[in-house]
Order: sequence, then C-alpha cells, then structure tokens
Amino acid sequence: MRLEGTAICLGEDVDTDLIIAGRYLRTKDRGLWASRAFEDLDPALAKRLKGAIIVAGKNFGCGSSREQAAIALKEAGVVAVIAPSFGRIFFRNAINIGLPLLECECGCTEGAHVRIDLGEGRVSIEGNMYRSRPLSPRMLEILLAGGLVELWRCRR
Amino acid sequence: MAATIVEKIFSRKCGRDIRAGEVVMAPVDRAMIHDITGPLAIEKMREMGGDRVFDPAGVIMLFDHQIPADSIQAAEIHQRMRLFAGEQGIGNLDLREGICHQVMMERGYAAPGEIVVGADSHTCMYGAAGAFATGIGSTDMGFVLRFGALYFRVPESIRCEVEGRFPRRVGPKDLILYITGAVGADGATYQALEFSGNTFSEMEMAGRMTCCNMAIEMGAKAGIVPPDETTWAYIRERRTMEPFDLQSDTDAEYTEFRSFCVDELEPQVALPHNVDRVVSVEETAGVRVDQVFIGSCTNGRYEDLSEAADVLGSSEFSKRVRVIVIPASREEYLKALRAGIIERFIEAGALVEAPCCGPCMGGAFGLLAPKEVSLSTSNRNFRGRQGSTEASIYLCSAATAAASAIYGEITDPREV
Repeated sequence: MRLEGTAICLGEDVDTDLIIAGRYLRTKDRGLWASRAFEDLDPALAKRLKGAIIVAGKNFGCGSSREQAAIALKEAGVVAVIAPSFGRIFFRNAINIGLPLLECECGCTEGAHVRIDLGEGRVSIEGNMYRSRPLSPRMLEILLAGGLVELWRCRR
Repeated sequence: MAATIVEKIFSRKCGRDIRAGEVVMAPVDRAMIHDITGPLAIEKMREMGGDRVFDPAGVIMLFDHQIPADSIQAAEIHQRMRLFAGEQGIGNLDLREGICHQVMMERGYAAPGEIVVGADSHTCMYGAAGAFATGIGSTDMGFVLRFGALYFRVPESIRCEVEGRFPRRVGPKDLILYITGAVGADGATYQALEFSGNTFSEMEMAGRMTCCNMAIEMGAKAGIVPPDETTWAYIRERRTMEPFDLQSDTDAEYTEFRSFCVDELEPQVALPHNVDRVVSVEETAGVRVDQVFIGSCTNGRYEDLSEAADVLGSSEFSKRVRVIVIPASREEYLKALRAGIIERFIEAGALVEAPCCGPCMGGAFGLLAPKEVSLSTSNRNFRGRQGSTEASIYLCSAATAAASAIYGEITDPREV
C-alpha cells in the first residue's frame, strides 16, 4: 500500500482532546468532527488536512478512547499519520477505521512531499528515507480492507 | 515457564500458555459503554451485522459524562441508548449510579483474573480488583458487543515496587503523580504497569483505584495490583467468588523494574498542560486558583472526600474560589452524606453536585474562562480539557485541593 501527501508538522503529546474537543462529542456528525479537528491547537488547521500526512512528535493521540478523534482525521482527508509513538487506544482506533499510522522517527518540513510504503515500512520526505516499525500482518490486513468493519464484511 | 500476572490472566482465559507479545483472541467477561462512546459502538456492532449483543448480562450501560442531559443532543443520545438497552435486555444503570468506573468496581463487575473492557480510557482502573481491564475505542467495542471477545496484543509489564509509609496528608494520588512524572506520559505505552510492594499491600482499595486509574496517563494498556486479602475482602462483599492464587512469578520477565519509597514523599502537583510535568507542592505554592474540583473517577471516593473534609476542619473555602465537589457514585455520596462530610462542604461554601464526570469532561458544566486556573483531583490537565484553551489546569490530591480551596492559592496540605 503506497500513499503520498503533503506534510503537516505537529509537536509531541498531541492528545485526543486536541484532535477533537469533548464539546463536539455529543453529535454523530462526522463532517462537524472533521471541520473542528485540531481546533484547540490551531483553528486554521482543519482546512489544510485534505491530502495531508501528519508528521508528529511522540505520543500522538494520547488520552481519551474517543474514536471520534481518528474519525475526524480520516473524514477531513488525512492520508496517514507518522509519529515515533502513539497513544495505544488511538493507534487501534485508527487502524480499525482504516486510517494508516506509522511509527517512525523522522524530520518534518512543513508542506514537504511525503511518500509512504506501508507494507515495506518506508517513509520518504524530500528525498530523505526513513524506516518505520513494520505494522503487523493483521494490522495491514485491516488497513487494506479499509477498517475492521469492512474486513469483517469481506470475510462474511 | 515464569509468567507475569497479566500473562497468567490471558493464559487462564485462553486455555494455553501465553506470553507477552502474542496476539490472541480472548473472551471478555464484561464490557462497559457510556453516553459518549456508546452510541458509536452500537452503530459499529450493527455495521458488523450484529442484531443482538453477545450476552446482555455481560454488557453494562450507564450515563455519566453529560448528565442530567445538558443539551438536547445529549438527551437524544440517552434516549437512543435507553431504547437499545430495552431491545437487548441490557440492565441499563442510566444516570442513577455515578461515574462508570466507580460503579463497575463497587458492583463487583471486575474481579481477579477477569478480562474487562470499557469504551473509556480510564477502564484501566479495575486493575485494582486484580482484573485485566483496558479502555478501547468504539469499533473494538462494537466487535466485543457482537462477539464477546477481542484481539489483544498481550502486553509486556513494567513492575513498580513501592515501599514505605505515606507521611501525613500524603497519599496514593501523590504517589501516582510522582510515578507519572518519573515514567513519563508515554513511558509505559503498549505495556502494563504492575504495582507491588508493602505500600500497595497496605493500601486500601480506594487508593489502588486511584493508582490504576492513572496508568493510562503513562500510555499503559492496563494497571494492575495483584489480588491479596484486601482485594478478596472487597470482592466478597459484592459477589460470590472463591479466592484463588493469582500472582506474578518471582522470576517473571519484565521490561523494566522501578522502585519507589514513599516515606519522604511530598504532596505532588502536575503542572499545565501535561500530566507528567510533576513537581512537589512547594514549587507551585502561592499560584492563585479560580476553581477547585474535588471528584472524578480518580479521586471522588469517600476516602478522598473524607481526607478533604479533614483538611478543611471548621474552616471556610475562600470566597474567591469556586469549589465544586462531586462524589464518584451514589454509594460514595451516601457514605459521605451520612458521615456529615457533605454538610461540612456545603457550609464551607462548596457546590456539591450529583455523581457524574463533571468538569473533568469539559463539556458539561464547571467550565473555565481564558486565563483562569483550575486545581483538580481528576486525571488530565490537557489544554482545553475543562473549558478555555487559555485556562490552566493543575492536578493534585483531595488533601491539596482542600487546603488550596481554603486559601485561594495552591497550598501545602501539611501546613493547614
């Protein structure tokens, strides 16, 4: 699975409250989650997420179990998220809804062109190559299907 | 082959020897859903072709994040969930009982050796009962509701050995804040934190819950205190279950050993906006506070309220401070009420609210304006968590919260 997108660089410990604030959790409106993504971090960011690959610092998605955080990013058009480490519930949620994540320590230049080879576990940013921790076969299988629900539908 | 308690729980459940790192499909004893993440989980269960939950008795539903309904949208969520519970025959505790995690513990819905999942990150609290308990997202919960099982990567464990006796006015919350500062907000990611040592064997259940509750703040998948006489006594009061031996082997493999001594531990405070920016109370003393929140699944139990009341004595809370007290559950509320503690809080100027998540959720009430400062006994001080993103949240114990509420600034509870 090969992906590409435009880099958006974020810092460390971006928690799920910052990805989608608690005040938006009483709706089921995915479009609203997408339009309010990262609102408390930078209200202008949501508009730039389409086609973006987020390159963040460690512990991205720490905190709450709200799957709305992963959904908001996918819905907004985020192609993938790269970070040295992820909050583990966010990690599972993202894979489960088909949002690719890669554990990789790499430098980030805002707006740079990023290429990812999920199967190989490779990231390339402006000619610099980085190796990511490989996703397990099961996680890849879920991602390729587009999510756990989709995978289950295929199997049925 | 030697095993940790977590490896033993998975081995028992799966009927074969399992070690950390393995990915297993394990049966789940109980699943908890609430009014924020529940609706999405129900939707996912249906998308996976599920009409009925795996076992209505294995599903616990309750509302605690936005109660009584604070908006029409919340009311609609509650309405839909009530309908679902009725259709499925799920015993819905609705908004009567309190915060999900406290209710799960006090009803005996988590016990030694069990695997319990909840659609909330602080589900790890039930490790205090010797269960493997972890928070999951809505798709995973949809899968659990449908099949009664889930894929787990069995986590490696970090062993935290804690020795010593707490000094006066210092307790489990100070310890877990200190540990969080030492381990870091991602120091236990994907792993389990196993708590042991004489401090834990002498600690009551309330304190164990406080510590396991915050395991997620270090990224951990679970926190666990191996069951002992204290655990079994707690379980015996709640359900019929024969005690059995469930301890880590002495030569089990851990990724890390950490030891702590609490003999000289000082009251701890986590600084905005990260849970692992922890300092001793002296270093923040004098910071003016606008709101003090005593409550949450971390520190809303009788023991916490009682400690706060003890610090309060016959004083009054500062008129500059909005003091919000929220017992963690109906049961804890009644205990505090009967002990005269609630009356004392109200006399001293606090607002006492019905059991719920309150300001910790940042969506319902008790929100902060820009530049305001909150001192809170809850578990997260993320930017914007309790209202404005320009507000600051400090975390502390109930004793430190009470002392600070008297003076209107962060105050060492040992000096009150």
